[in-house]
Amino acid sequence: MNYVLRRLVATLPVMGVVAVIVFFLIHLSPGDPAALIAGDTASEGDVARLRASLGLDQPLWTQFSLWIGSLARGDLGTSIFTRVPVTELLAQRLEPTLSIAVITTVLSLVVSIPLGVLAAHRVGTWIDRLVMLFAVLAFSIPGFLVGYLLIYGFAIEAQWLPVQGFVGLSEGVWPWLRSLILPCVNLALVYIALLTRMTRATLLEVLHEDYIRTARAKGLGVLPVLLHALRNAAVPIATTVGTGIALLIGGVVVTETVFAIPGIGRLVVDAVQRHDYPVIQSVLLLSAAAYVLINLMVDLSYRLFDPRIRY
Amino acid sequence: MIIRTIALAASFALLSVLGAAPAASAQDKVFRLVPASDLKYLDPLFTTNYVTRNFAHMVYETLFAPDSQGVPQPQMVDSYSVSDDRLQWTFTLRTGLKFHDGSDVTAADAVASLKRWTAMDSYGRAMTAAGAQWMALDATRFSLTLEKPFGLVLEALAKYSSLPPVIMPERLIKAAGTGVVDDVVGSGPYMFKRDEWVPGNKVVFVRNPHYVGRKEAPSFLAGNRGGLLDRVEWIILPDSNSAAAALINGEVDMIEQVPPDYIETLRKSPDVKILPAGAYQGALVVNQLHPPFDKPLARRALLHAIEQKKFLTAMGYPRDLRMDHCATFFICGGDDSTAGAEPFMKPDLAKAKQLLTASGYKGEKVVVLIPTDFQSLQGAGLVAVQTMKDIGMNVETQSMDWPSLVSRRVKKDRPDAGGWSAYATHGVAASIDSPLNNFMLGAACGNSMPGWPCDKGLDELRSQWMQETDPGKRRDVRDAFQRRAYEVAPYMPLGQFYGATAVRKNIKHLELQTGDVPMAWTFDK
Repeated sequence: MNYVLRRLVATLPVMGVVAVIVFFLIHLSPGDPAALIAGDTASEGDVARLRASLGLDQPLWTQFSLWIGSLARGDLGTSIFTRVPVTELLAQRLEPTLSIAVITTVLSLVVSIPLGVLAAHRVGTWIDRLVMLFAVLAFSIPGFLVGYLLIYGFAIEAQWLPVQGFVGLSEGVWPWLRSLILPCVNLALVYIALLTRMTRATLLEVLHEDYIRTARAKGLGVLPVLLHALRNAAVPIATTVGTGIALLIGGVVVTETVFAIPGIGRLVVDAVQRHDYPVIQSVLLLSAAAYVLINLMVDLSYRLFDPRIRY
Repeated sequence: MIIRTIALAASFALLSVLGAAPAASAQDKVFRLVPASDLKYLDPLFTTNYVTRNFAHMVYETLFAPDSQGVPQPQMVDSYSVSDDRLQWTFTLRTGLKFHDGSDVTAADAVASLKRWTAMDSYGRAMTAAGAQWMALDATRFSLTLEKPFGLVLEALAKYSSLPPVIMPERLIKAAGTGVVDDVVGSGPYMFKRDEWVPGNKVVFVRNPHYVGRKEAPSFLAGNRGGLLDRVEWIILPDSNSAAAALINGEVDMIEQVPPDYIETLRKSPDVKILPAGAYQGALVVNQLHPPFDKPLARRALLHAIEQKKFLTAMGYPRDLRMDHCATFFICGGDDSTAGAEPFMKPDLAKAKQLLTASGYKGEKVVVLIPTDFQSLQGAGLVAVQTMKDIGMNVETQSMDWPSLVSRRVKKDRPDAGGWSAYATHGVAASIDSPLNNFMLGAACGNSMPGWPCDKGLDELRSQWMQETDPGKRRDVRDAFQRRAYEVAPYMPLGQFYGATAVRKNIKHLELQTGDVPMAWTFDK
């Protein structure tokens, strides 16, 4: 418990540093949200009027202290453009993002771990080579291209699945799942490739350990040996899975764009393109918090796989 | 604090999952449109972005509105009278007009809206300069009193493009002061569903049950705009390929602006029709604060070198959606004039080089900004670079995304010190077609666009044009204005093309769609 508390307390200075860096990097980068809001045919006077009304003519330190003050009160601010509270924007994006993250992770684990185990068990055979060929291809082909191919095959030609859009769980489990199949398969391919290779490599290492040889010598069957080895190979796999979940929660822009999924990735990219400061600052800060928390959970999960680990 | 915020966001999400009812019932007639860009801002008087203008025409109405011929027609106004000297106007609102919240539209609402508009818009400011005074006379009548003649009263009140004079409740305007009006309460054919708005993803409208339509048939923004569809959804699809696939698959009904390289693909789909979506003109904006384009001779030199056909080809528009040459600073195909355009009908590189030398050009660096994420303007920008090199300019190309370009172009620094010299853009007909509407020619000295054009001669002729109440004489002044524009070349027209809208063939009343505003209120399924 003490370890968890210490880790949580240690996140505070990390978040502070992230807040300062994010704020000043964003504000010092070239760009003027007032000019973007005003539009292509606005005059310089129109832009200046708008800049003043948004408070963007204030000194940078004043803007920073106002933002930190709001953060301390739990207020993430309001989008400069849409004038919608950032909390509301995040809430709208949370369901699609979490849906994608959960389904993609489950799909990746269900497919990649058996594949990795199979490849390690049959190392050097055609099965191993086939699995590795799949992993290399899935890793190498750009995600947007796979996305377009999936759309062409399953949405336009077969008409089984929708081209775009996210349907909330409130409209039914099947419509929700149907809207997620193509984007999650698209995303999962990369994670399957990564986890398959990771599982194969770590398992191969473990399979050469003395205790595995002993287990085999004692007459244990193939499956119990593999399961025993897998538990010992689980720590690096868990680390990779944790990093993957953090990346998915942080947003997967290309997939969200191709399939028009309103996730956090698109929210942050749209905000960056517009220089919507409150949205960028809040999303990056919360993404950093999510990374820290997921890493903590991954660290804690190590004990499940290896009781020798102590904190 | 962070945990508290995450918990708050999570509870919002959970509530939205558990508590939300299905958005539209199965029997509702739902029309799904992919707008040209995401709706970012709701107040139509705080941005000139076209998507906000289109949003405004869904939820608000104007006192007058242009019909399909561009002629102002009474819309919220029932009748009006004008004195012989055209300085005293009286307007009477139609009876029964109601806002979305069920309250009556009154003359006080109209006056408050017009006063707010006159502070923001170029037409409005011109009316104020002519001494315009607005006054509510009773619940349905209000007056306009001018000190000086102003020949464009009805055109101004029927202005439909950026910063339209929409009518909002007086109470919201008072509450906002000089700031943004956040609540969307109009009297237009559709009501904005703020609770279903997901910025960057979806904008939802439902039919306005309080809408009182005119007796006349719909004609562009005029006539009966009573919606036939129960619900209109704007689906934001930033990826053009996915948008085209969604249209072919029937998941959306219309793409407002099809990128040029998708037009032919969509034409091949048996279920999709391509419609022209308003006239546009390309424009090369040049910085007139610094050499070489601070000299009219250098600007004219470049104008002599421009071959519009090359620019429009590079922008990617197919032959049937572009003109080989449009010889006016305004829009071709209407009441256009070629006054002053004769020397520039064909490119003349020898003349261009001669004028450039005469302007005193000494090889100063010319920085051209190229937007890499805006395919058509990237093409136009690259042709501009080649054209400048052809006449001997020392050109440097700087590539960036469009938002960066928009931020960069307001800088007044020298081109070799972080400033710029030129960039390509385009404007829709309503932002081009008159000495006041035209985004560059309408900018008077002192309050100017990036590029900072300033010519006292144009300012004087523009004022004359606005004051002239006789249509024939006003046309003559406009021709004089254009001749002067060709002399001083405040920017370079790059040719005229037409936007393309793609729509499913099962949508009814497509023949009524004209102009560049998607007229969802006329469609049916």
